[in-house]
Amino acid sequence: MKIVVIKYNAGNIRSVDFALQRIGISATITDDQDEIRNADRVIFPGVGEAATTMRFLKQHNLDSLICDLKQPVLGVCLGLQLMCTHSEEGDTTCLGIFPEKVKKFIPLMGDHSHYKIPHMGWNSLSELKTPLFEGLSEADYFYFVHSYYATTGADTAATCTYLNPFSAALQRDNFYATQFHPEKSGSAGSKLLSNFINLKF
Amino acid sequence: MKVGSPWPRSLNLFHDNMLAKRIIPCLDIRDGQTVKGVNFVNIVNVGDPVELGKLYAEQGADELVFLDITATHEGRKTFVELVKRIAQNLDIPFTVGGGISEIRDAEALLAAGADKISINSSAVRNPNLIDDLVRNFGSQFVVVAIDAREANNHWTVTVNGGRIPTDKELYSWAKEAEDRGAGEILFTSMNHDGTKNGFANKELAKLSEILTIPLIASGGAGSMEHFADVFTLGKADAGLAASIFHFHEIAIPDLKHYLRTKDIVIR
Repeated sequence: MKIVVIKYNAGNIRSVDFALQRIGISATITDDQDEIRNADRVIFPGVGEAATTMRFLKQHNLDSLICDLKQPVLGVCLGLQLMCTHSEEGDTTCLGIFPEKVKKFIPLMGDHSHYKIPHMGWNSLSELKTPLFEGLSEADYFYFVHSYYATTGADTAATCTYLNPFSAALQRDNFYATQFHPEKSGSAGSKLLSNFINLKF
Repeated sequence: MKVGSPWPRSLNLFHDNMLAKRIIPCLDIRDGQTVKGVNFVNIVNVGDPVELGKLYAEQGADELVFLDITATHEGRKTFVELVKRIAQNLDIPFTVGGGISEIRDAEALLAAGADKISINSSAVRNPNLIDDLVRNFGSQFVVVAIDAREANNHWTVTVNGGRIPTDKELYSWAKEAEDRGAGEILFTSMNHDGTKNGFANKELAKLSEILTIPLIASGGAGSMEHFADVFTLGKADAGLAASIFHFHEIAIPDLKHYLRTKDIVIR
């Protein structure tokens, strides 16, 4: 099975590769269009700023390529946000794979102790759906770092509530995405990555 | 079933869907070896920070900090190599600090796989470094560590491991670091560090109120109660400690169990 991690200007792509190695999978990190198109699984990671990253994807024709992929695709963090329709970060038009919008967390005045921004650290999830969460439950914690969030809707595959409910995971057809970082989420994250690799498709 | 936890956690609505408080062991590294980690059972090379880091991760540490206290150029290169091995082997986030004074230092560490970097003295000397790092790598990558000492009700920011006082004051410097884009503040009270009498909860609570970014508390941990206090009284988002973990005074699984019995949300 050929696993591809899309290479682009988005921070710490290697940690996804390292996490795959830890579960015995050797991935190819590439921006080669044919390699991405012909892969069995595609991972679209990302840490960074939405507008800059979307511009980069367009310049390299990766935007339409990602939207047209037919194999299972997993977006992570900024990857998830860029797969939505629009992000408030830099007022950015995104890929539009999921109908959700990406908004900025607004801090509450008064009690800051519970709601720092970025939402950083380990959080449990609710309403886990899809085979991505096979063997995982609401008792498991996942590692988040983000200041923007995707709204919830029909494609929401897991919810997290921080200041407000948001999509911790999304799924539509062959497209999967997590706001948290499975590559940094201990054994629960490794399980999720294995589930993605082992999706029956 | 554990004492104080009458329901399975998935049914405990209080604990559902809450951001967990983080427990962060800190490892001092010199020339690629752990300086403080000693006497671990079942580890062949206790000096190997990767092995120690993995052990802490298995025990439930939520994050790790690796602080390079190497003084030499050769030692720095060793550290970058080490960071790559840590990234390969560790499945939880980790921060690296020590000796980062320019963009290319941070770049090397990011390329090696670090999730975050921590800057301290270099940010005090050159506050623009915070802006530059944030612009290049994003807020989530930049932790500003502040060592401060109190005298006559005034908290003075210090550099070089607390040895040199500066003209900066704790609260205004923390706020400035946040305004410049820092993603987290790691505050060490030099008055509490090493005392094992508890964290600087009053100051931490004040910091937590004025900051909108997460706050890591450091300095003074001596017992499990101190961690409960730092999360409730000190309103910290994370508690960091070194020697009490390294010298087995507190085992992380015991600490996490204890905190759960105190209704503190813990992974």
